[in-house]
Amino acid sequence: MSRSPLRDLIAGVFVVIGLAAVAFLAFRVGETPFEHRGGFPLFATFDEVAGLKDRAPVDIAGVRVGRVTSIGLDENYRARVAMDIDPKVELPADTSASIVTSGLLGDRYISLQLGGDTEILKPGEEIGFTESAVVLERLLGKFAGNFGSTGEPSKTEGQ
Amino acid sequence: MMDRPASFDAHVRFDRVHMAFDGRTVFDSLSCAFPRGRITVVLGGSGSGKSTLLRLIGGLIQPEAGRVEVAGHDVTDPHTSLAEVRSRIGMLFQHGALLDSLSVFDNLALPLREHTDLDRAAIAQAVRAQLDAVGLGNVEGLLPGQLSGGMLRRAALARAIIRSPEILLCDEPFSGLDPASLKRIEILLTRINRQRGITLIVVSHHIASTLRLADQALLLLPGRSVCGPPAALRSSSDPEVADFFDEELDVEALDREERAAT
Amino acid sequence: MTPVALVRELGFRAIRVVAELGSMLLFTLSFLRAAVVPPLRPQRFVDEIYNLGVLSLVIVGVSGFAVGMVLGLQGYNTLVRFGAEGSLGAVVGLSLVRELGPVLTALLVTGRAGSATAAEISSMVTSEQLDGLRMMSVDPMDIVVAPKAIAMIFVMPILTSLFVLAGLLGAYFIGVGLMGLDAGVFLSSLKSSIRFADDIGGCYLKALIFGFLAGLIATFRGYHATPTAAGVSAATTSTVVVTSVAVLIGDYFLTALWGFQI
Repeated sequence: MSRSPLRDLIAGVFVVIGLAAVAFLAFRVGETPFEHRGGFPLFATFDEVAGLKDRAPVDIAGVRVGRVTSIGLDENYRARVAMDIDPKVELPADTSASIVTSGLLGDRYISLQLGGDTEILKPGEEIGFTESAVVLERLLGKFAGNFGSTGEPSKTEGQ
Repeated sequence: MMDRPASFDAHVRFDRVHMAFDGRTVFDSLSCAFPRGRITVVLGGSGSGKSTLLRLIGGLIQPEAGRVEVAGHDVTDPHTSLAEVRSRIGMLFQHGALLDSLSVFDNLALPLREHTDLDRAAIAQAVRAQLDAVGLGNVEGLLPGQLSGGMLRRAALARAIIRSPEILLCDEPFSGLDPASLKRIEILLTRINRQRGITLIVVSHHIASTLRLADQALLLLPGRSVCGPPAALRSSSDPEVADFFDEELDVEALDREERAAT
Repeated sequence: MTPVALVRELGFRAIRVVAELGSMLLFTLSFLRAAVVPPLRPQRFVDEIYNLGVLSLVIVGVSGFAVGMVLGLQGYNTLVRFGAEGSLGAVVGLSLVRELGPVLTALLVTGRAGSATAAEISSMVTSEQLDGLRMMSVDPMDIVVAPKAIAMIFVMPILTSLFVLAGLLGAYFIGVGLMGLDAGVFLSSLKSSIRFADDIGGCYLKALIFGFLAGLIATFRGYHATPTAAGVSAATTSTVVVTSVAVLIGDYFLTALWGFQI
């Protein structure tokens, strides 16, 4: 077949740039796929995890240190959450986990508050202290119930 | 249908070939033979199956019944190597069938690059030799679309003979050409036949060229075929055969009348 | 039409659809075979990367940028009502990566390159170029169909990522450049919302399958075109229509089966 050096060159440049674009889109635009590889598992049991999703972030002081890997029920029908944590992070044994919301209606994530214990949580261990998700509707429901029993909102505010 | 004894060496032979398209019968038990080293012109009206005949020889289509033998190989037999048979056949298509996207040079070089171990220089030499043989000089770098009708036909002819075939099939080689180009193609075909001893099977409805060119003519009529030397066919007493040549002569006479009137 | 005739017509059409699907499957197997069995034709593949990929770059880039700008504008105007304009990156990114990128790229490439492929192959059928190749014992599957079909599968993910990147650029231009959104907010919302395995993986899975569909349908329709001028235009039109519908329907099933997480 006829070879056209310029056309071949352009096609080559297209392929190189194209594959670079494929790689850029794959590894730079989204979450980097391999950043949590080699993390260690931790577990936590909550009374209520409404709104928490698989793969939700796990933060310490707002800094991402891991993600939720699975959510299920334990034998007592409480929510058992498995997490994958960055191995560089050393968590004291009395660390507590709470489910919080980013913004008013934003996504749920798990925030870890470090304790003061000298012992470190080992892979596969359970975080003992947990604080469940706040369900906004229930909160509002209680609030509205309070209005109903005490009458006018302004009075409620005044009390 | 005429059953002629094979007194000559048949290069291509049709044996009771039956062919139909969508229920319309084109060949009903067609038997005929094409002598080695001769020029046979296949005549017939539109839709009489002239091109179908060539496509059957090349194995591009298969008949519903019967055998087509090319140089002793039965191309209707699925065990026959079509590549082997086709290496002996060159085919000049009606519109040339050169690849639009390749230059004339690359079109001619393609069969050599595909089927021979020749190096670049040898291929280039062979391509130039063939282009010279058909009287084409500096067209190597042009695309087929940039050639005139006559030049395109000659370039296609050069490609058809570049692998030195034994048999050359020509589909309407004279259609759509000006008189000078037409004459040139006639001369080239005659020369290819005489100098290289290639068997030519030419499909045409151009009576004048046929009479000048052909050693043998095969006339395809609805449901049958008539074979013989062109002069004999022309003076045939068979009413249908006479009618075929007659009709054409009438047109020529009409042409002459019109020319005389202007 | 009587009910019986109606049912008969339905049956006839159903049989034809099944027959066509079967012949498409055989066609697929034969071009995949041609792509891996020697002789391999890397040069033809490069030619087709150029024809299908490079020549589609401008239309894909410009369309991607325009779509991104519209998404940016619409998304911003909608999100700002809820005070959630910080999520613009996520909205635009997810729309582009999951749906608009692969689908619109496939539609654009079909319109630009698929139709050209079908037109080229069908006009090669019409002008007997494919028969010419067969007579030279060169398999048209090998030299014409396989390079085009495989190149289509290859360029589709590349063009899709360029479309998505152009779209993100367009949305960034509107959101950050015109609407004064913070660049960091835009990018972090984008980055945190797009997941590798399901979003990016799904995007490329779709692109590959759409590339396969576009390449298969264009080459198949061209290859099986009626050898007339009307056949060429019918092949071209039906390529665009059939591929577009196949891409849109296929997109639904891919989305449903792939199970994108919310």
